[in-house]
Amino acid sequence: MKYAFYPGCVARGGAPELYDSALAVMERLGIEYVELTRATCTGAGVLQEKNLKMGDVLNVRTFAMAEEMGLPIMVLCSTCQGVMSQANHRVQRDPEYLAEINRHLAKEGLEYKGTTTVKHMLWALIEDIGLDRLKETFTRELTGMNMAPFYGCYIVRPSEALGFLDHPERETSLETLIELVGGTVTDFPGKTACCGFPILFINQANSMKMVANHTGTARDLGADVMVTPCPLCHLNLDGYQPKARRQVRGDKADLPIIHLPQLIGLAMGMSEKALGLQKHIVSTKQLVKQAEAAASPLSS
Amino acid sequence: MQVGLKVKRFDPTDSGGKTWWQEYEVDVHPDSTVLDALIQVREHVDGTLAMRCACRASICGSCGMKVNGNAKLVCKTRVVSLSPNGEQLIIEPMGNHHVVRDLVITLDTFFDQINRVEPYLQPSFVPEHGEYVVSNESMENLLKSMNCIMCGCCVSDCTVLEVDSNFIGPAAFAKAWRFTEDPRDSKRDERLKALNDEDGGIWDCTRCLKCVEVCPKGVDPMDLIMELRESAIEAGNTNTHGYHHTESFYKSVKKNGRLDETRLAIDSAGWTNIPRLLDLAPIGLAAMRRGKLPPLIPHKSEDHKKVRELYDSVEGESK
Repeated sequence: MKYAFYPGCVARGGAPELYDSALAVMERLGIEYVELTRATCTGAGVLQEKNLKMGDVLNVRTFAMAEEMGLPIMVLCSTCQGVMSQANHRVQRDPEYLAEINRHLAKEGLEYKGTTTVKHMLWALIEDIGLDRLKETFTRELTGMNMAPFYGCYIVRPSEALGFLDHPERETSLETLIELVGGTVTDFPGKTACCGFPILFINQANSMKMVANHTGTARDLGADVMVTPCPLCHLNLDGYQPKARRQVRGDKADLPIIHLPQLIGLAMGMSEKALGLQKHIVSTKQLVKQAEAAASPLSS
Repeated sequence: MQVGLKVKRFDPTDSGGKTWWQEYEVDVHPDSTVLDALIQVREHVDGTLAMRCACRASICGSCGMKVNGNAKLVCKTRVVSLSPNGEQLIIEPMGNHHVVRDLVITLDTFFDQINRVEPYLQPSFVPEHGEYVVSNESMENLLKSMNCIMCGCCVSDCTVLEVDSNFIGPAAFAKAWRFTEDPRDSKRDERLKALNDEDGGIWDCTRCLKCVEVCPKGVDPMDLIMELRESAIEAGNTNTHGYHHTESFYKSVKKNGRLDETRLAIDSAGWTNIPRLLDLAPIGLAAMRRGKLPPLIPHKSEDHKKVRELYDSVEGESK
């Protein structure tokens, strides 16, 4: 498989370990890619509050670049996935609107015909690589580890624009991968709720309650780790967990939050350093120990 | 077809309130709705199960409840759509509402929220001939919000209300939007200012899309909240962290093609807001210690100059 790779701003900024771990996993799987270095930020839904059309123009520009290469886009961020899917959904249903947007892009010599698909690595691993092929690359079976999924709003809603009708398996994709690596799913109601990041700078008290509730509840239910396909959720659930837990629950941050490719990388036997697990705010030491102690699937 | 129902029960009279789960198994027609299945339980299996319904045609809004974790009108939800192979359905009362008994909730909180936005027309004059003449388009525009049947599903699943009962809430915002858009109303600016300034106002929405996903009538409350934000800014309300956040984001992408995370955090807090800036410092230091502070001078996308031209082109068109 070959993709037009769109890592997103956070993987290239505040969460460099996401970028590094994603590339390591892609290399192990033999996934080829061309990074879309000329593409812009998706606007994350924030830019769209001020000017929805500007957001659509920027995203369609990115789709046109991938279309020109004849490649599907792969993203690493739930928010990027959702915002791009919504933009794609709007222009694919409305040829007049697409023509309007293409007029702006013409100055740069770009035109979008409407054929680009956007897939988060989470979906690409299941739909394009396939569970069997993926499992062949695993050298550890992470049994005995309780893992709570945390999706991020934009990779589950709005379900129509995200193609859930054609791909109902996307609804439980994180659980599928947790089970594939040998983990036990810690199910909890907050897994598709908001992490609080979008209001971090606007209403921090509410944002901290969300972080404390999600991480505290998952921990109370026995989770050893939380896995997310969204670096924005990660920033809040990891970076602000110490403050949130102290402020809201009066306890300590004790739930490591890892990026999806870090989970896959652990199952592939990659080291803490290669996956950047030492870069998290909430310590992943115990988790790494557990993973390293896990039996190889061949020996079991 | 056989279907299992696992229902969250609540008895307020049993020593101050008792909650428990009860399982039922019923045989329903393949075309049945979840409401049909529940009625079958009540009429043939367990007459003590309390629930509310009326029109059975998704008009009255009485039968909102959570099915498998999401608020739905059960009269509009087919059993087979959620349980193609007879999988058990989890039925609970709606969230963020006061539960009276079993699946019955009161709408007191809901209407408290609606009342906060002055949900009535406030025209500035009485027309001479007894009628206000308005265009068809302006009334059709209002249909988006007027389709609301006040079932409370959006309020049930709102992720902000879960942590903050003072939030005005998606249904009330949709109602408020309706009056800011009504050409007969004379209080548009006052309404927008109040929605902008009030604790629990428009900027506290997390944009999580839950209300859009669960609304059974396609009102899309969150989209209307976003329109309220845009209108509030246009009406000159630029005193919020939310406004600064949006502005900073918009300009950052215009300038760099990418997001400048450091700048966004500082802009949103406010450059002269020392307590908020100090609050950011420990997080910045912790990130730095782990070698992941976002770059102080932002990465730019390779074609950021072309992006600026694109901004000019789109902004020029809307002028």
